[in-house]
Amino acid sequence: MRYRALTLIGGAVALAACSASGQSKPASASDTPAASAEAPYASTYTPYPSAETLIIPVRVIDGNGGDWENGWVHLKDGKIAAVGGPTSPPPDVANTVDGTGKVVTPGIIDIHSHLGDYPSPSVQAHSDGNEATSPTTPEVWAEHSVWPQDPGFSRAMANGGITSLQILPGSANLMGGRTVTLKNVPSRTVQGMKFPGAPYGMKMACGENPKRVYGNRGRMPSTRMGNFAVNRQTWLDAKDYADGNRKNRDLAKETLAGVLDGDILVHNHCYRADEMALVLDMAKEFGYKVSAFHHAVEAYKIGDLLREAGTCSAIWADWYGFKMESYDGIPENAALLQNADACVVIHSDDENGIQRLNQEASKAQAAGKRMGIDIPDATVVRWLTLNAAKAMGIDEMTGSLSEGKMADVVLWNGNPLSVYSRPDKVWIDGALLFDAQDPKRRPVSDFELGQPGEGDVK
Amino acid sequence: MMKRTFLLAAAATVGLAAPAAAQNVDITGATVATGDGSAPIRNATVSVRGGKVVYAGPDGGAPARETGSEIDGSNVWVTPGLFIPLTNLGLWDVGAVSNSNDISASNSRFSASLDASTAVNYASQHIAISRGGGVTRATVTTAPSDSIFAGQGAVIDLGADPNPVMKPKAFQLVVLGESGARIAGGSRTAAFAEFANALREAREIASGNRDSGDGLLNRADAEALGAVLSGEQQLYVHVERASDISAVLGLKRTYAGLDLVLVGVSEGWIVASEIAASGVPVIADPLDDLPSSFEQLAATQSNVGRMVDAGVKVAIGGLNGGITGPRTAPQFAGNLVALNKVPRASGLSWGEALASITSVPAEISGYGGRYGVLKPGAAGDLVIWDGDPLEVSSAPLRVFIDGVEQPLGNHQMRLRDRYRDLDESDLPKAYDW
Repeated sequence: MRYRALTLIGGAVALAACSASGQSKPASASDTPAASAEAPYASTYTPYPSAETLIIPVRVIDGNGGDWENGWVHLKDGKIAAVGGPTSPPPDVANTVDGTGKVVTPGIIDIHSHLGDYPSPSVQAHSDGNEATSPTTPEVWAEHSVWPQDPGFSRAMANGGITSLQILPGSANLMGGRTVTLKNVPSRTVQGMKFPGAPYGMKMACGENPKRVYGNRGRMPSTRMGNFAVNRQTWLDAKDYADGNRKNRDLAKETLAGVLDGDILVHNHCYRADEMALVLDMAKEFGYKVSAFHHAVEAYKIGDLLREAGTCSAIWADWYGFKMESYDGIPENAALLQNADACVVIHSDDENGIQRLNQEASKAQAAGKRMGIDIPDATVVRWLTLNAAKAMGIDEMTGSLSEGKMADVVLWNGNPLSVYSRPDKVWIDGALLFDAQDPKRRPVSDFELGQPGEGDVK
Repeated sequence: MMKRTFLLAAAATVGLAAPAAAQNVDITGATVATGDGSAPIRNATVSVRGGKVVYAGPDGGAPARETGSEIDGSNVWVTPGLFIPLTNLGLWDVGAVSNSNDISASNSRFSASLDASTAVNYASQHIAISRGGGVTRATVTTAPSDSIFAGQGAVIDLGADPNPVMKPKAFQLVVLGESGARIAGGSRTAAFAEFANALREAREIASGNRDSGDGLLNRADAEALGAVLSGEQQLYVHVERASDISAVLGLKRTYAGLDLVLVGVSEGWIVASEIAASGVPVIADPLDDLPSSFEQLAATQSNVGRMVDAGVKVAIGGLNGGITGPRTAPQFAGNLVALNKVPRASGLSWGEALASITSVPAEISGYGGRYGVLKPGAAGDLVIWDGDPLEVSSAPLRVFIDGVEQPLGNHQMRLRDRYRDLDESDLPKAYDW
């Protein structure tokens, strides 16, 4: 979508956010109270009012491996109060939603999005996702680029059932900066979207992008070995800082020290199997963990290593061939990883794909079935919910329909693994924020007001 | 035992040089969707003789079977082969590896005269993968770079043989709107000026009146556009914005001979009745629903449904939407069916959706009744699916082109088989082939 004429003619050359470059500008002052020094730019999100709701009778796919018919889900005070099956008596709740023929799942979570950082319309003035001026920029924070008025957030909710998402810097740099996890709630400010209590992530990138971006400028890194050398020296310097008194503030090293402390999770863009194996050793060398490899088209070649490392693979269902390091992408990637007991997450990296993560997961499931790997629907839904939440460090709060968790819930108008199904209702912390039956119960961004198509079905 | 499987797969994959002969086929007891927009027929038969369809309908009316021709169709679906317009099939190997990519001739001195058929590689992995996805015919085009004219596209078949090109120089592609404006010098006015000048030069060349000192186009490009001017060659025009669509439809007043096809058309629903009245068909990228540029502020997934309701002939093509490649065309079509369950949205019926990736694009390319449809006299392009072809969990089991059963192997399937397990206790994976 970066270059419409070319992508219209074929997606072959589209590299999405991964190849874009641009300069970010300082974020404008927010309209929220001053954040504390310990947690600058803190979340100001509080759940919107919710009605106690009972969805019944309904097929429940709970995100944690459960899948049953004729069940019910009880939402109260913004939380999952209880779930039940056909034999468990439901609570007496005035406000019921008929789930006949429908399916309820946890809210879908996209672990890899650039919404807000590369918003629509995708004009140069909006290109805020890659601080491509130095190969290591751990000091930048993706949240400082998020434009909350990106219409893409609403499409992700209405068509994709997305309730939480991680916004990452692009992959021009080896260390691209801090990620931010958002609730998919419309807000005037990014602070009003920030997921309370979510840990930060740090974006890293392997392979072709960093060496191309900087090699083309005649500077290091211009090779994969250069990529590693710059990374390793940066980690060595960060360890010195982390082991010292940390009194002289250094934004870049604060992020890196946060990784070494285990407080900031590493999300590493990496396609090739051999390169992922090297990154796992780099993580051992410096004492951090890779939470997830993103894109990971060759993860199926090293499912054993990924399982042992406890590292998730965040992947597309079937993208391949758009760059050399994606040449060996296969539709069975997810199924082979699942078969190896490695952690699978389906991601989008795309403002359109985020509207159909459920369909992508279904394709990956079916590709497995055709090679004799049968993966239950409940496991496939977990790829889109609890596994993503785990890799983002928010699984104690959301990602499954478990008692006490946030009431982030999607009611689908059919099987979510069918191309024919769409969200009927989406609740975030118990608040009904999308209802296909109510023309006004959908977000319309400032940008769309008074423009052709305002408030249309999208 | 695994080794034997691999050898058989390899033989099937490599067998490009010796295409099998067309076989007679009777698929019986199947769910058959003919591609003409009608609903699927259960307990139906498709019969192929000599490479052509001779029957598609209820089992009861089928012709007498021939020895060895029968295929049990219980639990499978049969459709015509998919016909996908505006692909890059055969023009590239790896998108970002420029040496392997013939999509865009950005440093060429030529534009309108570029001929995609000269570059199509029948052995391309993307052709093999698309064939495995049920695509049997496609149009292929280059992309514009330094000129608003992208060049001349071709119609191809995806058969595993060395003769992919069915029709070279089938259409010319021009980009107006934002991308055309940028190429032409920064404004839509420049794009329209380039367009008008190019057709003027084409007319002068065609009539032998060219003032040799005045040409902005080189002779080859101006000559190529002669066929556009006369209507011998279709002109595909990429525009998105409602006002740009109207402007393009207005070109017919100046250039009566143009055989127009609109491409892109995200805001087509706003001017749907105008498009319908013009009779100009549309190839739409169906799931665009974001204001990704100022020329598609009104984009919605209901665009195709609303245009079809207004009487516009719409095929699906130029597929974007984070789901890549011609093999995902059924997913796009299925999404339009999904809209029928969404209040206030406009979708397509199941039959219309299948038609948008089979008979309608074939008709737009001038092959109505010959491809993309199962009816007597049409080509024996058949796909046997393991379920509803528009459902994301379904896939082709067997593919026939002109009655010839096609090999379905490719690089991806070999990788899948090699990495089915990670056991290297005897030898490295490199020996597993």
